[in-house]
Amino acid sequence: MSLAEAAAPLESDLLLQHQVTQFLYAYARCLDEDRLEDWPTFFDDACFYGILPRENAVKGLPLCVLSARTQGMLKDRVKSLREANIYNLHYPRHVVSNVEILACRSDSLDVVSNVTVYQTDMEGRTTLFCVGQYNDRLNRKDGGALKIGSRTVTIDTYNIPNLLAIPI
Amino acid sequence: MNAIADIDWPSSDFTRVPYRVFVDPEIYKLEQERIFRGPIWAYLGLEAEVPNPGDYKTTFVGDTPMVLQRTMDGELAAFENRCAHRGAIVRREPFGNDTEHRCVYHQWCYDLKGALTGVPFRRGVQGKGGYPKDFDLSKHPMRPMRVATYNGVIFGTFSDATPPLKTFLGTSICAYLDRLFHKPVKVLGYLRQDIKSNWKLYTENVKDPYHAGLLHLFHATFGLYRSTQKGAVLMSESKFNSVLYNIGGNYDKDLAEENYKNQKKYVPTDYDLYDPQLLASRPDFPDGIANMIMCIAPTVVVQQIMNTMATRNIRPKGPGQFELFWTYFGFADDDEELTQIRLTQANLIGPSGYISMEDSEATEMVQDNAVVRSTGDTVIEMGGRGEIHDLDYLISEMPIRGFWSHYAKLMAEPPALQEAAE
Repeated sequence: MSLAEAAAPLESDLLLQHQVTQFLYAYARCLDEDRLEDWPTFFDDACFYGILPRENAVKGLPLCVLSARTQGMLKDRVKSLREANIYNLHYPRHVVSNVEILACRSDSLDVVSNVTVYQTDMEGRTTLFCVGQYNDRLNRKDGGALKIGSRTVTIDTYNIPNLLAIPI
Repeated sequence: MNAIADIDWPSSDFTRVPYRVFVDPEIYKLEQERIFRGPIWAYLGLEAEVPNPGDYKTTFVGDTPMVLQRTMDGELAAFENRCAHRGAIVRREPFGNDTEHRCVYHQWCYDLKGALTGVPFRRGVQGKGGYPKDFDLSKHPMRPMRVATYNGVIFGTFSDATPPLKTFLGTSICAYLDRLFHKPVKVLGYLRQDIKSNWKLYTENVKDPYHAGLLHLFHATFGLYRSTQKGAVLMSESKFNSVLYNIGGNYDKDLAEENYKNQKKYVPTDYDLYDPQLLASRPDFPDGIANMIMCIAPTVVVQQIMNTMATRNIRPKGPGQFELFWTYFGFADDDEELTQIRLTQANLIGPSGYISMEDSEATEMVQDNAVVRSTGDTVIEMGGRGEIHDLDYLISEMPIRGFWSHYAKLMAEPPALQEAAE
């Protein structure tokens, strides 16, 4: 089946599409509104989060810019950003688009989407920081809630302007 | 006053550095000629990146595009990535494998050492066109570099005046390269940072043990590094290259708190990680060294921080910009668990590194001000003035002065020495 054929949605898929999209938007807003302490709660306890340079993905190399294998590691990242690290002062803006559900199982979903991140400095100047693709395994919990089981952010912008502090 | 080239060095012991050297386009141009294309050994890559005949990697020496090549007979070669015809980039891929190099513009063809082997329509078509009869292919190679390796690390030089590689590296640097590259390595991935500051501000940063325990608070907080810890600074005989290291886990908490008590930023309590796996380590070396930062000026930093190992290739892109290209590696015989430890600890370093993200922010902050006002000088007196020598402590900026002393010499070299390579 070609990509184009696979993309035709059933009416029953629309609710699920809506639920997934709302989830991804909420994640983006959490980062944009500087609610970093809430960010780990989008993930399952056992999870993977990694920001993978596209050049490593192409070469089959595993190294991520930033990664975590547990929710605890995500919390440590937040704690360090809040209390230890020095980084460029800015407002981030995450734009999520092209949301596609690639596989739908009773307990999980495979979802891809595009992400664009802009940064605005303290003088109000905005620059494009990063474009990339989310590759997600979303776990469907009892009651219908979604949690991220695995999120790999493959970044096209792997020549990172200055540094990457706030997660994508 | 000590005028070298057209840089006025205010002090002969390099305790003052004019801000101008970070912003002046003329100085930048002179550096490309006298330093990067001058008598230095420039980092090109690791042998593990080009293991097979025909493998190549594209890279930069200064801002000059280069090809690093494994030839069919297993030798290493390097040459400028620039067609001898009209100057086009010949190899555009970051890595590849091929039996020849062919410029897309007019199909000039080169062998794996960069020698020109063929040009289309050399004799013209039906008696018309073609190159002059005396046109000599051997006169038009892609500009080659001399290549030498040390324990699997590949260096190249354009100049005939460059001392032998081991002499250039220096005794201490060789000793710590022997330590790190004691067995074959494998690449785990690459990271890149586009940093809007002069490349030398980063060189200073990696020769500056004074900042490590003050700017990088994650480091200090978890006892990975405190300025009160045992460590040392070693330099090459030229003072251009340096090794900074500290021993992990031996810090005295009371001493640390006493010394840090006036540092408002430092909170003298040990954080507990939610997930201590981040710092779970399987030491690769028996000497207890937790951090080792080596700078082989002007092109590469080689680091070991706990189980992380990487080279950081400095690629200038103009006076106010450079790319920092990280090659992260483990040992070829690492088991699955050790590879996982290295991948997890990669969170410590790189553009998102818990103990490295601050560095580019710091250099950009200095650059922003140097652009606005390039008069005046920086002050480099921590650890004393005068003679530049090795240290058995870390509260110092002395290796920065060492770098500048050799930089000044290179910048003052008459270009005649380098003409042979042009």
